[in-house]
Amino acid sequence: MKSRTFLKTIFSSLFILIIFATFIACEKKDDTNNSSGNNTNSSNTIKIGQYGSLTGDKATFGQSTKKGIDLALDEANKSGGLLGKQIEMIIEDNRGLQQEATTVVQKLIDKDKVIAVLGEVASTNSIAGGQVCQEKKIPMVSPSSTNPQVTQVGDYIFRVCFLDDFQGEVMAKFAANTLKVKKVAILHDNASDYSKGLSEFFSQTFKKLGGEILVDEAYQSADSDFSAQLTKIKGLNPEAIYIPGYYTQVGQIAQQARKAGITVPLMGGDGWDSQTLFDIGKDALNGCFISNHYTIEDPDPNVQSFITNFKAKFNETPDALAALAYDAAKILFDAIKRANSTDPKAIRDALAQTKEFKAVTGVITISPTRDAVKSAVVLEIQNGKYKYRETIKPDAAPAQSAAVTTK
Amino acid sequence: MELFLQQLINGIVQGSIYALIALGYTMVYGVLRLINFAHGDVFMVGAFVGFYVAAAFKISEPSLGALFLVMTSAMFAAAILGILIERFAYRPVRKFSRLTSLITAIGVSLLLEYLAQFFFGATPKSFPTVLEIKNINITSNVTISNDSILIVVVSILLMLMLNVIVFKTKLGKAMRAVSFNLDVAKLMGINTDFVISFTFALGSALAAAAGILYSVHFTKIDPLMGLLTGLKAFVAAVLGGIGNITGAVLGGLLLGIAEIMVSAYISSSYKDVFAFMILILVLIVKPAGLLGSAAQEKV
Repeated sequence: MKSRTFLKTIFSSLFILIIFATFIACEKKDDTNNSSGNNTNSSNTIKIGQYGSLTGDKATFGQSTKKGIDLALDEANKSGGLLGKQIEMIIEDNRGLQQEATTVVQKLIDKDKVIAVLGEVASTNSIAGGQVCQEKKIPMVSPSSTNPQVTQVGDYIFRVCFLDDFQGEVMAKFAANTLKVKKVAILHDNASDYSKGLSEFFSQTFKKLGGEILVDEAYQSADSDFSAQLTKIKGLNPEAIYIPGYYTQVGQIAQQARKAGITVPLMGGDGWDSQTLFDIGKDALNGCFISNHYTIEDPDPNVQSFITNFKAKFNETPDALAALAYDAAKILFDAIKRANSTDPKAIRDALAQTKEFKAVTGVITISPTRDAVKSAVVLEIQNGKYKYRETIKPDAAPAQSAAVTTK
Repeated sequence: MELFLQQLINGIVQGSIYALIALGYTMVYGVLRLINFAHGDVFMVGAFVGFYVAAAFKISEPSLGALFLVMTSAMFAAAILGILIERFAYRPVRKFSRLTSLITAIGVSLLLEYLAQFFFGATPKSFPTVLEIKNINITSNVTISNDSILIVVVSILLMLMLNVIVFKTKLGKAMRAVSFNLDVAKLMGINTDFVISFTFALGSALAAAAGILYSVHFTKIDPLMGLLTGLKAFVAAVLGGIGNITGAVLGGLLLGIAEIMVSAYISSSYKDVFAFMILILVLIVKPAGLLGSAAQEKV
C-alpha cells in the first residue's frame, strides 16, 4: 500500500512537471512568434488573413478555396508582391462552425494584425466572421458566400460571387424553360441560411414562370435519414426535385431517393460542387443539374491559363470554389495596389471601386451593395463529371442556349 | 394508406438501429447502474474500423463475405475498446459516487470524438459498398431495400441472442447476480471484474454491429455520427425501461417510428424535439419506462 502511494506521488509530480514544461515551452514559442511577427509586419510583408472550413463536413470547400488563394498568392509574390513587399497569408481553420468563425477572425485581427481578410464559403460562417471584420473595420472579401445577408453586415464586407436570389432564379428558369417541368418539390436544409435562401428564390421565380411547387420539405444538417421526406415527396409525383443543400447531405439524399424509387432529376446549387458529392452519391447523381459560377469548358484564355496553372501546382482540376477564391484574392491584391497603402479604410474604398475586373469566373463589377454582378452556368452531372448546359445572365434577358451543347 | 405503410417501414428500419445501440446502454446500466455516454462513440469507432478494414482488404465487390468480415472485425475491435474503456476509465472511479462515473463517461465520450477527428479527420467519408443494394417491392408503391431487412433481422437476432446469454448461461446468471448486488456477488465467488468486462465487451460489440449496419444503410460516416444517434438510443433505452433488454428494442422501434411519423405528418424540424420530449415525458410520468419495473429481473 505504501509503495503504491509513493508511486502515485512520483507519477503525479512527474505529470505536473510535464505540464509546467509544456507551458514554458509554449510561452517561449509564443514570444518568438510575436516578436518576429511584429518585426515582419512593420518591415517586409503584407499580412492578409484567411479563414475557412479546412476540416469538418464542408472541408472540401475550405480546401479548394485555400488552393485557389495559394495560386493567386504565389503568382503575386513571384511578380514582386504588393507595394514592394511580399504578401504573407495567415490561415485559420474554423472547422465549418459558426462560433469558430467568430473566434478565428478575432484572432486574425487582434493577434496577427492582418490588414484584410479572405473568407468564408458557407454564408452562415461568413456572416459570423463578417460581423467581427465590420466591428474592427477590416475589409473582408468572401469568395463564394451567396446569401444576401452576407454583405448586408456592413460596408467593409465584399464578395466576388453572385447571390442566392440570382442562383435560385437561374435554376427556376432552367427548370421551367429548358427542362419544361411544371411540378417541382423542394427539399432544403433548415439549418442553413444558404439553403433556405435558395429555396425561397427558386420557388418565387418558378411560380412566376407558371410552375407549381408541390411541397417544400426540410431536413437538418445533422440528419442521415431522409426517408420520411423522400417518401412524402415520392407520393406527390414531382417532375423534378430542387435540393439546394450542401454536398454531404445531398450525396446521401440522392442515394436514398434512388433507393426509394425516385427517378426524376434532382437540381441544386453551387453547394453541391465537391468531389465528396460523387464519393457519397455515386451513380445516383446521373442526370442531375447544378447552377454554378464557371465551367472548365469555357474557352476564354484567362480561364484556360488559370486551369493550366492550377493543374500544374495541385495536379487536379479546379472547381468553382477554387476559381472564386483565386478571383477574390486577385481582386483584393488589385485593390491594395490601387489604394497604394496598407490602411484598411483605403483598401475598402479601392475594393468598392472595382470595375470590370477580368476574372476567371466572369467580368466582375462590384455593385453599390458590395456584391458582384455576373452570369451563372447550369451544368449536368454525368458519371461523376460536369457537362456544360447553359449560361444564364443576370439581367432579364432571355436565357442564352450555348453552342457547347454539341458535346 | 400505401404512403403510411412505407413510412412505417422507414420507421422500423430507423428504430432497429436505435434498438441495437440501446441494447448496449441498457446492458451496462443493468449491471453497473452506469449510463455509458461513450456508447454512441463506440458505435462510431465500429463504423470506422469497418471502413479501414474494407480499405485494408481492398474490398471493391459487394459480397456477403465482405459484410461478414467487416462486421466481425468491427465488433471484435469495439469489444476490446469497450474492455479498455471500462478498465482504464470506469473501474478506477467505480468505488466513488455514481455522479463521478457519469462525468467520467462524458469525458470518455468527448475523448473518443476528438481522437477520432484527429486520427480519421473531421471530413465525412463514404462507406464502401459491402452489400449490393436491391429493392424489394411489397406492393407497387411500397418498397423495402435488402439492407433495411438486414438491419431489422440482425437487430432481432442479436436481441434474442442477448436474452439467451443473460437468462440461459452461467455467465448471464453471474451478470444478473452482479446487477443485484455487486458485493454479495463477489462474496459468492463471482469474478465481478470479469463479468463487468464481459458486459462492456458485449455491449460495445453490439454498438459496432449497429455502426456497420448504419453505415451500409446511410453510406456516410464521420467522427460525430455517434453523438445524436447515441443520444436517441439513450432515449429509446429509457423509454423501454432502462436495464430491460426487450424494453430497449421496443423503445428503439417506438422512437424510430415516432420520429418518422413526426417528419412525415408534422414537420421534420420537430423530429429531434419530439424525441427528447419523449425522454422528459417518460421521466415525469413513468420513470421506470414501458417495461421496466422494480420487480422485473434487471440485467
